[in-house]
Amino acid sequence: MRLAPVSPDDLIAAVMDARRDGVALEIASGGSKRAIGLPDRETRIIDMAAFAGIVAYDPPELVLTVRPATRLAELEAILAAEGQMLAFDPFDHGPLLGKAPGAATIGGIVAAGVSGSRRLSAGGARDHLLGFAAISGRGEAFVAGGKVVKNVTGYDVSKLMAGSWGRLAILTELTLKILPRPRHVETLALRGLSEAAAMRVMARMMGSPAEVAAAAHLPGVEPLTLLRLEGFEPSVLARIAMLRTLLGEGDVLDRDEADALWRDVRTMAPLASAPVLWRISVPPGAGAACAARLPGDKIYDWAGALVWLGADVALDPSDVSRAAEAAGGHAMLVRGPPALRRAVPALHPQPPGVAALAARVKAAFDPDMILDPRRFMDPCDAD
Amino acid sequence: MSLKMPAPDEAVLARRAEIAAALRAIVPGEGVIDDRDALRVYESDGLTAYRQPPMLAVLPETTAQVSAILRWCHENGVKVVPRGAGTSLSGGALPLADGVLLGLAKFNQVLEVDYDARLAVVQPGVTNLAVTRAVEERGFYYAPDPSSQIACTIGGNVAENSGGVHCLKYGLTTNNVMGVEIVLMDGEIVRLGGRCLDAAGLDLLGVFVGSEGLLGVVTEVTVRILPKPETARALLIGFADVESAGRCVADVIAAGIIPAGMEMMDRPAIHAAEAFVQVGYPLDVEALLIVELDGPAAECVHLIGEVAEIADRNGAVMSRTSRDEAERLAFWAGRKAAFPAVGRLAPDYYCMDGTIPRRRLPEVLERMAALSERYGLGVANVFHAGDGNLHPLILYDANRPGELDRAEAFGNDILRLCVEVGGVLTGEHGVGVEKRDLMPEMFGETDLAQQQRIKCAFDPDLLLNPGKMFPVLHRCAELGRMHVHKGAVPFPELPRF
Repeated sequence: MRLAPVSPDDLIAAVMDARRDGVALEIASGGSKRAIGLPDRETRIIDMAAFAGIVAYDPPELVLTVRPATRLAELEAILAAEGQMLAFDPFDHGPLLGKAPGAATIGGIVAAGVSGSRRLSAGGARDHLLGFAAISGRGEAFVAGGKVVKNVTGYDVSKLMAGSWGRLAILTELTLKILPRPRHVETLALRGLSEAAAMRVMARMMGSPAEVAAAAHLPGVEPLTLLRLEGFEPSVLARIAMLRTLLGEGDVLDRDEADALWRDVRTMAPLASAPVLWRISVPPGAGAACAARLPGDKIYDWAGALVWLGADVALDPSDVSRAAEAAGGHAMLVRGPPALRRAVPALHPQPPGVAALAARVKAAFDPDMILDPRRFMDPCDAD
Repeated sequence: MSLKMPAPDEAVLARRAEIAAALRAIVPGEGVIDDRDALRVYESDGLTAYRQPPMLAVLPETTAQVSAILRWCHENGVKVVPRGAGTSLSGGALPLADGVLLGLAKFNQVLEVDYDARLAVVQPGVTNLAVTRAVEERGFYYAPDPSSQIACTIGGNVAENSGGVHCLKYGLTTNNVMGVEIVLMDGEIVRLGGRCLDAAGLDLLGVFVGSEGLLGVVTEVTVRILPKPETARALLIGFADVESAGRCVADVIAAGIIPAGMEMMDRPAIHAAEAFVQVGYPLDVEALLIVELDGPAAECVHLIGEVAEIADRNGAVMSRTSRDEAERLAFWAGRKAAFPAVGRLAPDYYCMDGTIPRRRLPEVLERMAALSERYGLGVANVFHAGDGNLHPLILYDANRPGELDRAEAFGNDILRLCVEVGGVLTGEHGVGVEKRDLMPEMFGETDLAQQQRIKCAFDPDLLLNPGKMFPVLHRCAELGRMHVHKGAVPFPELPRF
């Protein structure tokens, strides 16, 4: 069953119906990430398409209020026209999951906590959600946060909503912090580094005053380590010089080549053919050690704090979670055949104390567990 | 004083000696304070208008002790108020007459610094500045810099989500904390976040930071440290009117520049500061901007040119660029001394903390001046211009009958004005007891009930720091029942799908 509400009141009615009927709701905006999590769940789908469009955009205030089903591409074009951007570098998961590009929406991006390469220097989706309006799993319309860039009034509920995957409330409006687009971008590339050496180099450069905006490593037959610098031209050039002095080497890439490489890091195109895709989040620099014994193709982002692992179905998922845990991190199953997605929760299970607390927080928003409780096989399903 | 705290529980007060004995069994020696004179040390925090000595104070040294204290208090229905350095400007650490004050001052160790991962693990009682001191030798620093940074602690910064003059560019505490170890009110020890850049599940760390000591007690914090920028330089720019200064700020941001700091002072604040520190502030301007730029020398030089030109275009009547570090610090000296400087204009001042959309500044200042006249109290304004965070300083004399009440009423009107123009009650000082009763100006009953249910998920018996943040304390069972019963459908008149 698919519902197409057009107003917050419709959403309230849908939630109350679901509570009455004991049926789970799945919130779908662009649907680009639907293939993440337990497949074939019995849900009523709430199609958010009607909740699209910009509510208010005030470039000098650095604040944007937008409805959740607004397409990411459309939004980015509007911001770019004002010389601004979403600094957390969101990206479209569609092509990763066998869908046409362009479906991703801002609501889905924030709900899934999607952040790209610049997350390393500029923070993630959680750091840019200033406030929101939503319908809770209780069927109540509520707001939290504010519409200014600096606010500590009340609990920072926006942080909870970012990355909650629609399990607490249905977003109807988001207020985001917007930042100026860098006027100049250059990428410095180092060639031939081992994965371990790349981790060390990226850590050293991140610890320099060169203000590296993004740092990634593409292993393979011709390994490439990328350091991206952004800002005003004289500053970028000075910092490139600083990095080259520190490194004693490094090529400044041609603009098109650099764009293509960063697009690869963003879309995981080099891992497109791998049947299984893991996203492993670890402490900065721990990526190579964590992934060393995991067979597959890898891309390291966030200066080695993020490993994308394209693997074969034969790889034991518990090897991946054990490696992530040993490194002090966690692994997310982004892509995999249905059988694997039935066996392994897409989000890494939490230690019992944290899981119990998270379950109580979910219940605070969604006491009857109607907001997609099965998707990540959370322990709160049992309640 | 109009403030109402929850009525002390006589039954708990009657058990004072027994409670002290139980706490001594957990924290031996001088870690438990029951002497009434000694307890006066804790009677207020940075919001000194409110005073209330705690029933008892306890100063644990280990997480295990914190856990045992909280568990015992939970089992015995005793309220607990956590406290760092007690520099809160919103009364976040105001004790309760029937509560135990839990001081974290003895948690004062920097536990680990990992330069490769660019993080430091510290105990909550370490001061904000001490984190920077611990890592500056290697060229690093901790970015959030509240003006109390010499005294305030990281644990308190986490509780209040503290900011500082650099937070437009570098973020608040929440953007710089990677993980915490906390103890819940029932004594359970939980780690939220860690050393990764994102959470595995719900971002509980995110909602914990800024929760004002209502959700748990912090016993360890992992913060992000940053390499120190190569250089920093500042411009001092004067304007004949506030509108031009405001336009200049907007144009700087529109030019794609996010300065490390961008501060504005109004005429009364400029005069007070200059009289206090004599750093050469112009006295014939209505608004003064300090714009600080940091980064590589080449960047500073470039941006100083850009900002100076934007200032010119907006009719700046004076503009100076710091030639060396001493001059940059001199530019800041007046701004940093603004509070004590204004303190010389009147026996007492009351510091407000609303945020507004920047473009509403001229209108807000005008209406503030009208309020100042109506209440017969002076006001000076310092303003984090980059992010719209206002700090009006209301001048009053607490020894004159009724003046404190008038200052509070004036302050409340200013905050209502901030909300009315699209802003918020507090940009960085927190709600605490100070702005608790104004929360309904910004949030409806449903919004507040939803926030309180988060409290219930962490502390269902409402024993941790009660009486702060929320104007009405609902019992958790009551919140579970509010508005809806399972199966009951409101809005029966709405069309079904």
